[in-house]
Amino acid sequence: MITLFFYLFSAVLLGASAMVVTSRNPVHAVLFLILAFLNAAALFLIAGAEFLALTLVVVYVGAVAVLFLFVVMMLDVDFVQLREGFQRYAPVGAAVGLVLFGELAAVLFGWEAWSGSFAVRGSATPSSVSNTVALGQVLYTHYVYLFQLSGLILLVAMIGAIVLTHRERRGALRQDIGRQQARRVDETLEILQVPSRAGAGQIGLFRPKHLPSPVRDREPVERA
Amino acid sequence: MTSGVLAVGLGKFLFVSAVLLVLGVFGIFLNRKNIIVILMSIELILLAVNINLVAFSGALGDLAGQVLAMFVLTVAAAEAAIGLAIVVVYFRNRGSIEVEDVTMMKG
Repeated sequence: MITLFFYLFSAVLLGASAMVVTSRNPVHAVLFLILAFLNAAALFLIAGAEFLALTLVVVYVGAVAVLFLFVVMMLDVDFVQLREGFQRYAPVGAAVGLVLFGELAAVLFGWEAWSGSFAVRGSATPSSVSNTVALGQVLYTHYVYLFQLSGLILLVAMIGAIVLTHRERRGALRQDIGRQQARRVDETLEILQVPSRAGAGQIGLFRPKHLPSPVRDREPVERA
Repeated sequence: MTSGVLAVGLGKFLFVSAVLLVLGVFGIFLNRKNIIVILMSIELILLAVNINLVAFSGALGDLAGQVLAMFVLTVAAAEAAIGLAIVVVYFRNRGSIEVEDVTMMKG
């Protein structure tokens, strides 16, 4: 039964990944990528890595695939033009892929497990606790430095992405806390004696004498 | 939950992972111009690595493989974010994402 499910999920996984690399529309490619990741998560479940399976769904389908979808849809790219050279590169790619696959197959059919490999396990899976608990028990003890380092990698990636894509918008209004705090009542409020039962027709329109000009990052640029 | 790697067979997991890796490499060659699909192919390659790690982790009963797969996941997410940011900046400057003439960027 479990083998049947394995065949099902891996067939869909491989089919979806083939569609990712060959599909004409990049939006379809991203959607097939999501399908591939979901099936890979199912394979992880079969392999007993429950926490990683759900992490894969959350991180990839929830974050990375949405990021890809966002970029594909935001950039106004002429994808037909990008398809040029598809046939030209296909033989080279197929040749490299076949050579790589041949080498991998040679390893796949030639390898055998070392009999002492169970004795040198880094952190053996405990049988009494669930996968998430076991993973946490080793992740925050043995691998705590690597864990911190991966957090640092994510921080660098976040800062890098922001620095790369941030651009200063000209003419945008901005808050100036110093000026806000330096305002006094008498330059902001004006108290008038308004006669009762008199409309705007008798009093006339009232305008404040000095409206502060808004703070801008830079002067707005005249657009042609 | 006990690992089903031995019930299915470790070799089958490794075969799926190998095919996935080859598909990723093939995709890089096939979509030489479209850097977004190249990034997706890199994600596929990293996914193949993860399947390999998890399969061996299940077969040997060693959690280190799953921990390493988690770090690979982290690096892959960071790489996707940075890569897509570079794509956005490149598109903003050039108006296209053709990556064959990226070397023109220097200087």
